[in-house]
Amino acid sequence: MELKSADPTIPLEGSPYDLRVSLGEQVPEFDRKAALESGDWGFIHSFTTGSAVDGPGMRVVAWLTSCQFRCAFCHNPDTWKLSNGMPVPLQRAVDVVKQYRIGLKTMHGGLTISGGEPLMQKPFLIKLFQGAKAAGIHTALDTNGALGDRLTDEDLKSIDLVMLGLKAVTPDLHKRLTGMDNAPSLAFARRLAALKHPAWIRFVVVPGFTDTLDEIGKMADLAAELGNIERVDLLPFHQLGKFKWEKLGMDYPLKDAVPPSQELMEQAAERFRSVGVNVV
Amino acid sequence: MEEQVATAVQEAWRGFKPGLWQRDVNVRWFLQQNYTPYDGDESFLAPATERTKGIWQKLEAMFVEERKKGVLDVSQIPSCITAHGPGYIDQANEVIVGLQTEAPLKRAIMPNGGLRMVLASLKAYGYEPDPHVVEAFSKYRKTHNEGVFDAYTNDIRACRSSHILTGLPDAYGRGRIVGDYRRVALYGVDRLIAHKEQEKLALDPKHSTDEVIRDREELSEQLRALKELKEMAKSYGFDISVPAKNAREAVQWTYFAYLASVKEQNGAAMSLGRVSTFLDIYFERDLKEGTLTESQAQEIIDDFVIKLRIVRFLRTPEYDELFAGDPTWVTESIGGMGDDGRHLVTKNSFRFLHTLSNLGPAPEPNLTVWYSPRLPEHFKRYAAKVAIASSSLQFESDSLMRSAWGDDGAIACCVSPMLVGKQMQFFGARANLAKTLLYAINGGRDENTGKQVGPKMEPVQGDYLEFDDVVGKFEKMMDWLAGVYVNAMNVIHYMHDKYAYERIEMALHDHNPVRTMAFGIAGLSVVADSLSAIRFAKVKVVRDETGLIVDYVTEGEFPMFGNNDNRVDQIAATVVSLFMERLRKHPSYRNAIHTQSVLTITSNVVYGKATGHTPDGRRKGEPFAPGANPMHGRDSHGIMASAASVAKIPYRDAADGISMTTTLVPEGLGRTEGERTENLVGVLDTFFGTSGYHMNVNVLNREMLMDAMDHPEKYPNLTIRVSGYAVNFVRLTREQQMDVINRTFHGAN
Repeated sequence: MELKSADPTIPLEGSPYDLRVSLGEQVPEFDRKAALESGDWGFIHSFTTGSAVDGPGMRVVAWLTSCQFRCAFCHNPDTWKLSNGMPVPLQRAVDVVKQYRIGLKTMHGGLTISGGEPLMQKPFLIKLFQGAKAAGIHTALDTNGALGDRLTDEDLKSIDLVMLGLKAVTPDLHKRLTGMDNAPSLAFARRLAALKHPAWIRFVVVPGFTDTLDEIGKMADLAAELGNIERVDLLPFHQLGKFKWEKLGMDYPLKDAVPPSQELMEQAAERFRSVGVNVV
Repeated sequence: MEEQVATAVQEAWRGFKPGLWQRDVNVRWFLQQNYTPYDGDESFLAPATERTKGIWQKLEAMFVEERKKGVLDVSQIPSCITAHGPGYIDQANEVIVGLQTEAPLKRAIMPNGGLRMVLASLKAYGYEPDPHVVEAFSKYRKTHNEGVFDAYTNDIRACRSSHILTGLPDAYGRGRIVGDYRRVALYGVDRLIAHKEQEKLALDPKHSTDEVIRDREELSEQLRALKELKEMAKSYGFDISVPAKNAREAVQWTYFAYLASVKEQNGAAMSLGRVSTFLDIYFERDLKEGTLTESQAQEIIDDFVIKLRIVRFLRTPEYDELFAGDPTWVTESIGGMGDDGRHLVTKNSFRFLHTLSNLGPAPEPNLTVWYSPRLPEHFKRYAAKVAIASSSLQFESDSLMRSAWGDDGAIACCVSPMLVGKQMQFFGARANLAKTLLYAINGGRDENTGKQVGPKMEPVQGDYLEFDDVVGKFEKMMDWLAGVYVNAMNVIHYMHDKYAYERIEMALHDHNPVRTMAFGIAGLSVVADSLSAIRFAKVKVVRDETGLIVDYVTEGEFPMFGNNDNRVDQIAATVVSLFMERLRKHPSYRNAIHTQSVLTITSNVVYGKATGHTPDGRRKGEPFAPGANPMHGRDSHGIMASAASVAKIPYRDAADGISMTTTLVPEGLGRTEGERTENLVGVLDTFFGTSGYHMNVNVLNREMLMDAMDHPEKYPNLTIRVSGYAVNFVRLTREQQMDVINRTFHGAN
């Protein structure tokens, strides 16, 4: 489809570290819906190349806008709103990724799509993955998993690795931390396990929420029980997104939070290792 | 006597595969026939011995004193190969000997390059100049500096003072000439003298034209220098008229040859060449013969590297400001591939890198890996590991340089490749292309002073800049500047050959080597982004009361260099080619091949200082990006995109090198040490697997640098790479430190 309200050649400037707002605002509601449904256009916060922390090897990473979670520790709250992203035609996104095809192979990397919550733009996401896969590029989806049932088994074939950003195992805690239930995310995790689909878990140790040995233990046991988790990225909460909350004029619940200590992170990693989980 | 020499040579060459290298003077042939490629890992390496640590500690105490005083001590005897008697750090314990003067870190004066520079340096550090020296070099002996200014045109002078041409080597030694110091070890000096005599004799039948007369005189000077080299070695108790018999001698002989050159020339860059794999042949032979242990082998290399780390020149504080610290660019080229498909990595390649761990990180010697994805995996991984741990390595494209110049090349300075002993360059700083663009817009008037510096042309009319109009004017202004620039270079190198000829370095070259004339450009990314702004956005001009355009208002978005966007990347590539074409139109001194580099080292700061507001939104006085780098923070899509943009600059039009500096935080390369090593290897394989030319790799974090600015005492050895070489961070000016910090940090914040 054509999107008359957007310039398909606009420079795709902007880094994930920048505050990015209103880039797709000129696209009227009606067009946005059509774009979302067709997957011919996506709304992208930013993208980077050569990331070493978003999946295996060095990767191209695109962050899509729109998210249904409202995580208290979110470091990119400007990705919550769809219209904050740049409208980018599918073919252009595929072309950009394909430029790095050989390098990504050499660097044992691939394409990671993150967000926001990328499944909010599922048709675009899958089409982009299919384009990447057709060019021989490894694909990874970084998702909170809550919309996992939108993915058919067929869709999953275009995703080599699912990186599940599980925020908490304890339901109340999850609700308090993200504003949403975690039952759908856990269900998706179990479905992937049943399919033996390669998956990672990315778990953030958030002060005042998930920094207890109890919660860490539950996450470790879950990872072990699932059986398809190749690796757990155990990530300490950080304050680098603080400026975005401030600039957006939003009330940042964790503005005074102090990142977890090295010792706690060590203890946490040990807990994962004790149940045989590969933790980094 | 002859018999004795023959026996000495026979003993020195025992076990070597014979070949044409014995008939001719050709180290590459010897190397290719005799070296042992090493595919293994670093586990064989030995730690620093107590002796090595003792020597290094002694020096470290002196470094503290030196940093406090600026220079530790000065000798006012005009330096030459034999000017000073032998000097030692700790005579009883040194494995490799030889200092520039009779004491470590004591700097010599070298007035042949320019008396003014010597006087200014002495004054800056509180020394009274020796009146005899002043008299001799102002009354009886003309210097390079004086010669140059006698022949400069008004245009050249104007360009110099407006800083559109900066850093011309007209007041000091030009450097960037790399002697084949290995020849002394392999052949002994007597054989080299005989060879030079033959070269000179071969000129006898020629008619005495200017060129032939100059060549004969130069060859005579070279012969004299070789004899002095022998004399200098003798003062340390060594007879280097014959070839080296073992590894220790081979290193010592090679070092003596290098030492002679740094006793005589205060060159901007005094690079070592490509000695490690050559020397490995001697190490392998000794190890096989059982006369050397690995620990002793490492000790020899450690001691050699210690000597290279303490090479010092007397320079002015302004010079140090331009180049950030006290650089000598003792560049050593490591690794690479041979034309026959074998790699050139040996155990000695590892030993050289290992000095960064045995002695700690340091900017000198400037260790440079000739990188190819085809290098052995273990070596790639080790080099990546060392780069991450020390930020003291640079990587350059083996395939680009080898296919242009050959497989026995070395880097002079930062990125300038040349075939060792067979090629030299006339070094020539750089032209400020961003300023040239502003001159074009203002019809040749300087944007800061309003003075008419360039030729009077029609300035831009109207309120908005038009792409075609500006490009046309820019081309005309480049026509003019290229002419002035080549003129300046011809004068400089004519006079340098005449008054400050590199006798010993050229004695270790073939007669009539390939000569390049290495021009340079600064501000490439500013020009590219400015032209992109004019082309893709709207740029409104702001004039002062005299009609001079002094500022720009840019409306709308435009693609910026460093994001792998062809619309602007092609502008950058085209600008490089356009300027190169213009340089080539002007005949060069001694018919040198015109080349250029996109390299600034740290002078991007002073270039920026001298340049007004630019249409890309850069403010007056703000630093340019270093070398071929995208402007700070404008490359917003990570290292692959940034490197891909830089890799589009065509090497054929920048054959003196294209410099890219990349700064990564450790987390940006991966979450574990193993990941980081693998990922850096991946980055290098990718960049050099395509058309990437050069990559400096800094792995550090912003917090550490900020802390180092406030507490330099905590980080005495913090080394970071800046556009082609490494500097000691705490010795940078605050401005330069901020510039480094503001450069894009690739990776997780």
